[in-house]
Amino acid sequence: MGLTDQSMKSSALTDIFHIDKNDNEFVIALAGNPNTGKSTVFNSLTGLRQHTGNWPGKTVVNARGNYSHQGKDFILVDLPGTYSLFSSSAEEEVARDFICFGNADAVVVVADATCLERNLNLVYQVMELTDNVILCINLIDEARKKKIEIDAVGIEEDLGIPVVLCAARNGIGIAELKDMVYKVAMGEIKPTPRIVEYDADYEELIGSLVSVIGPAVKELLRNVNPRWAALRLTDGDEKFINTLTGHLPGYLQSAIEGILAESCFFKECKACGIYNSVYDKDKQAIRDMIAENTYRRIEEVTAKYVKTDTKKQYRDRMIDNYITSKIFGLPLMLAMLALVFWITISGANSLSELLSGFLFWVEDKLTVFFKHLDAPDWLHGVLVLGMYRTVAWVVSVMLPPMAIFFPLFTILEDLGYLPRVAFNMDHLFKKARAHGKQCLTMCMGFGCNAAGVTACRIIESPRERLIAILTNNFVPCNGRFPTLIAISAVFIMSLGSSGIGNRLLAVLMVSGLVVFGIAVTLAVSWLLSKTLLKGIPSAFTLELPPYRVPQIGRVLYTSVIDRTIFVLRRAVIAAAPAGIIIWILGNIHIGDLSLIGHAAGFMDPAARLIGLDGYIILAFILGIAANETVIPILLMSYLSAGAMTELSSIESLGHIFLDNGWTWLTALNTMLFSLLHWPCAATLLTIKKETGSMKWTVLSAFIPTAAAVLVCLTTTLIYKAINILL
Amino acid sequence: MPKLNDASVGSVVTVQKLESTGILRERMLALGLTKGAKVEVIRKGPSGDPTLFCIRGAMIALRNEESSLIAVQI
Repeated sequence: MGLTDQSMKSSALTDIFHIDKNDNEFVIALAGNPNTGKSTVFNSLTGLRQHTGNWPGKTVVNARGNYSHQGKDFILVDLPGTYSLFSSSAEEEVARDFICFGNADAVVVVADATCLERNLNLVYQVMELTDNVILCINLIDEARKKKIEIDAVGIEEDLGIPVVLCAARNGIGIAELKDMVYKVAMGEIKPTPRIVEYDADYEELIGSLVSVIGPAVKELLRNVNPRWAALRLTDGDEKFINTLTGHLPGYLQSAIEGILAESCFFKECKACGIYNSVYDKDKQAIRDMIAENTYRRIEEVTAKYVKTDTKKQYRDRMIDNYITSKIFGLPLMLAMLALVFWITISGANSLSELLSGFLFWVEDKLTVFFKHLDAPDWLHGVLVLGMYRTVAWVVSVMLPPMAIFFPLFTILEDLGYLPRVAFNMDHLFKKARAHGKQCLTMCMGFGCNAAGVTACRIIESPRERLIAILTNNFVPCNGRFPTLIAISAVFIMSLGSSGIGNRLLAVLMVSGLVVFGIAVTLAVSWLLSKTLLKGIPSAFTLELPPYRVPQIGRVLYTSVIDRTIFVLRRAVIAAAPAGIIIWILGNIHIGDLSLIGHAAGFMDPAARLIGLDGYIILAFILGIAANETVIPILLMSYLSAGAMTELSSIESLGHIFLDNGWTWLTALNTMLFSLLHWPCAATLLTIKKETGSMKWTVLSAFIPTAAAVLVCLTTTLIYKAINILL
Repeated sequence: MPKLNDASVGSVVTVQKLESTGILRERMLALGLTKGAKVEVIRKGPSGDPTLFCIRGAMIALRNEESSLIAVQI
């Protein structure tokens, strides 16, 4: 979305960020620091009617939503969370360019009431860009808990823009915010921002620039504030200056050059006479001065209108004493992981049985119905035994773990635990020469690897971003870890173990696999840093947001509706045709073997080398559309080979596998292969989109596959060695 | 001049000068690491790095590579 050379035409600038609207509609941009609950404000305003699945606090693309208020329609654009608009990252560029060149009627800046000082920096920056700014001070409930008192009226008068106090999670202040947005968009209230004044000699320079470029900027770049344009001409990066001046007539460019060359700030540059190769030192001095002045102003504001009781600020630090402690930090993290899996596995078992009981009862009824209609056998086969049964398996085996895991994970996310994980793990990522935020993108990968790959945009450095993208697949997504859970049960059965210890064993198994996935991520990241993507880790700043009590109701709603249903829908869409194909392949015979049998037989020798069988590899290949379908496809394949025809419970799932010659090695390697193998089609497409390169997309499939084969080969050799020794 | 990574846990120091450049400098300024800003050293990570700082009311973790670019008065 950056302003490229191709988009330098006058119209292109505004067009990229132009949102189609009719007379009765207003475009409202939502800006704010990360972790301010901006997405919650977005959801409260739009009533969750957003266009894209939004990960709280991780808006890396512009999400859009609509709402109506007093007969007018509002298009709300959720900008990425940014600390500043000085384009130190792709997100900041998007946010800046949208406010700058988009056609927003008003900008709502969401600020965190518990950290107003830092948040006001962005407010002042936006105020320089546009007059129509509304400050929404969110999380006011958290601030009250911490005995932080905020004088909204005082801030309103001091800043000259409307201020609304909000606790978006509870809907507090949302009605007032809608009213205020309406009034500002309609022009009923005209904000008059009191922007920061800089040093006198600098203001002089800006003044003369404004008088020269003012009329042209107003005419050619409607939404751009001339003063802001003048400021950026003195301190902006070259690309941005070129874009700006590219829109202005030629005679102005030389006038600008003249002013800048004369200015006391650019003495060193006088000799070369070219303003856009201003020495970085000058720009740096200006940027420092601007930031210092802004923060000095903010200090005055917060000193006057924000009262803080420091004693109350120590709750988070107390908790962090344990969560991020040198001794307890990592063990607590592992314990948390195990606990989440324990709840998931325990709950999923009974839920799965209930669901499969019901769905297979429906299958029986469908069969009766088809018989009643005298439908041909093949039709019944394709639709009921093929399509319906596969979908039923996807739903009954995959849905329960997802439905339990997603809310649990969202609770951890809401709580503010994930950045602490990144903090605890950072030294490992540093050793692997990867970016500290890779950990956060991996957390996203737990939900969906495609989302994880998109989330890699939070990493500014292209090298580390690529590493994060290429390795995201080593985190088992929601489509895969039900597979891990199911197969871990088979693994335990294959060991001949039974009893209460089983569940614990399954939990340890799955947690161990996740930890192994993380270890592989680190190892591959390190290898990539040493070979294809050489380099040292780039700078990293990580904010640990305050702990917040999760909104259980909202968590359930968003995780069930937004994620579970979304993921399930995708799985079912992939499973239905896969079921049909498998049934057909399983029922067309060449010689005395079905097509599946032939295909599996073809792959069998290679598969045996890595401790799997042809059917398993076939299932993984066909499961590329959605990982959720791997186990159902595998079951269908085995069943079509005639091993068994009835499947009454999840328990019997294990027996089918064991009847088909599975050993503990097969189970282990199937889990490892599932954990490490190539990404699903959706993830591959996302990688193609994000990297824009075929080479990296191919590598993103090849590297995991190579890792999977290597690891499975190793375990097979160890297995054989053990067998020989015993 | 001492750097931020020299400051001991629990101490409050004052920012004197940034020695970073480019994007990192920009990010530091945005976080409020301007001259005169007070920074409290909260804790070190599990292996001594990164370190958590309280900067203008926010908890920010910086690796040694970054905090060594911030000159402070202890």
